Amino acid sequence: MKDMNIVFAGFGGQGVLFAGKVAAYVGLIEGQEISWLPSYGPEMRGGTANCSVCISENPIGSPLVTNPNVLVAMNLPSLDRFLDAVEPGGTVILDSSLIDREISRTDITVHRVPASRLAEENGLQGLANMILTGKLFREFPCSPDALDQAIQKCVPARKAQMLDLNRKAVALGAEQ
Amino acid sequence: MKVLMKGNEALAEAAIRSGCRHFFGYPITPQTELAAYMSKRMPKIGGTYLQAESEIAAVNMVLGASAAGVRAMTSSSSPGISLKSEGISYMAGSDLPALIINVQRGGPGLGGIQPSQADYWQATKATGHGDFQILVFAPSTVQEMVDLVSGAFDAADRWRMPAMILADGMLGQMMEPVTLPEEDGKPLPEKDWCANGHQDRREHHVINSLYLTPDKLEDLVVERYKRYEQVKAQEQRAEEYLVEDADTVIVAYGASSRVVRSAVNKAREQGRKVGLIRPITLWPFPVDALQKAAAHARNFLVVEMSMGQMVDDVKLSIDCKVPVHFFGRTGGIIPTPAEVLGEIEKLA
Repeated sequence: MKDMNIVFAGFGGQGVLFAGKVAAYVGLIEGQEISWLPSYGPEMRGGTANCSVCISENPIGSPLVTNPNVLVAMNLPSLDRFLDAVEPGGTVILDSSLIDREISRTDITVHRVPASRLAEENGLQGLANMILTGKLFREFPCSPDALDQAIQKCVPARKAQMLDLNRKAVALGAEQ
Repeated sequence: MKVLMKGNEALAEAAIRSGCRHFFGYPITPQTELAAYMSKRMPKIGGTYLQAESEIAAVNMVLGASAAGVRAMTSSSSPGISLKSEGISYMAGSDLPALIINVQRGGPGLGGIQPSQADYWQATKATGHGDFQILVFAPSTVQEMVDLVSGAFDAADRWRMPAMILADGMLGQMMEPVTLPEEDGKPLPEKDWCANGHQDRREHHVINSLYLTPDKLEDLVVERYKRYEQVKAQEQRAEEYLVEDADTVIVAYGASSRVVRSAVNKAREQGRKVGLIRPITLWPFPVDALQKAAAHARNFLVVEMSMGQMVDDVKLSIDCKVPVHFFGRTGGIIPTPAEVLGEIEKLA
């Protein structure tokens, strides 16, 4: 895997912290050094939430990602907040069903995935986050099992019925 | 495989695996996951989790439990630690071991809830009134939080004094992979001074911090300070990173040391001779490591998430032989590696 400094950002409740945790576990399963740092505090209650995930061959210094090389944006305020900070050559993956905005930067790669609409149409309500995560690991491949194992680590036993839905969501995201 | 844990949860689990069965706390961001974790785990293993009516009550419950000879702890964040300072002073004055965890947030007052290191002075100089010190440990990773907990309990028992783990909101909230130690099940060290039930088979043990005769009180404090000298000689710990040939030595602990490490790596890529001394114990302060570096360094740079509370300790440690500079952010702002690199470049 290449070194990744990812910011997942969206509204509280969209599952950006969960998606970040899955990505962190993928890194761990791949034998990389990893860190996961959430935003915490009032912004989580109805406002925006985000987390920084670092995946690297080397020990992680600052776990706070100020210049991501990958931004996963699930709403417009999050895109506005982090877009300028994305490293030149970096990648933005955004939920195009919720973000209707042209991006003028030409030094980054943008993937538009209508994740919320796809979730709605496929009985995957609330799993737009995992559709985008599927796309993320399509663009930055990990070993075939790593993502599935990571999902198993992150879905709690009391929500076992969510396991297959999460799998379906990442598979759908990987097709985009 | 390693597990991903939040720093706060890792501290709690490590305490349990170090034989702690008595936790008394009160919620406060960004520390609350620690108490929440304890509330789930303690009842399952026959331990005591108690959410007290206030921080002051919680710390005094720790005092009582420790006096009875058990491993006890509390945790809070900055404003809550101020409230606990009375109990910490009483424990120091009663020669009681205990573990106090401070997951620092911005201050003064209620301040903010984002990560900060502005309680350095409080932790190392004045965790309460009177002549005393406590042991202060400063982890910089989630794994190190786990590793320091059992050592902090052991050191507190060994020296009969309170120990603090000085963390911050970043370390408490972040997740990293950890390996947890197995609980070895060995009995904890005998406490032949504790006030437990003895059915008149021995003399009473008195645990007290009130001494109305000045001579007696002076003797006790002086004895304690002799012990502190031994602590200083035996417990200092620091990590040295690329210090050997460094012209510029940065001193940083905890969260800010992680930022500095990134900046040091970048500076080294540019061919700059920069190193990091990371105090692991803040009291006793790792004077020896700093003195060694002062023999070859041309500059020291202290980086903190405060207005520079550790600067004086660095200057005193090296007798001001080398200029000591400072860079810090405060109020809950985490400095960036680029900012620290900018400071390094200024010193070149």
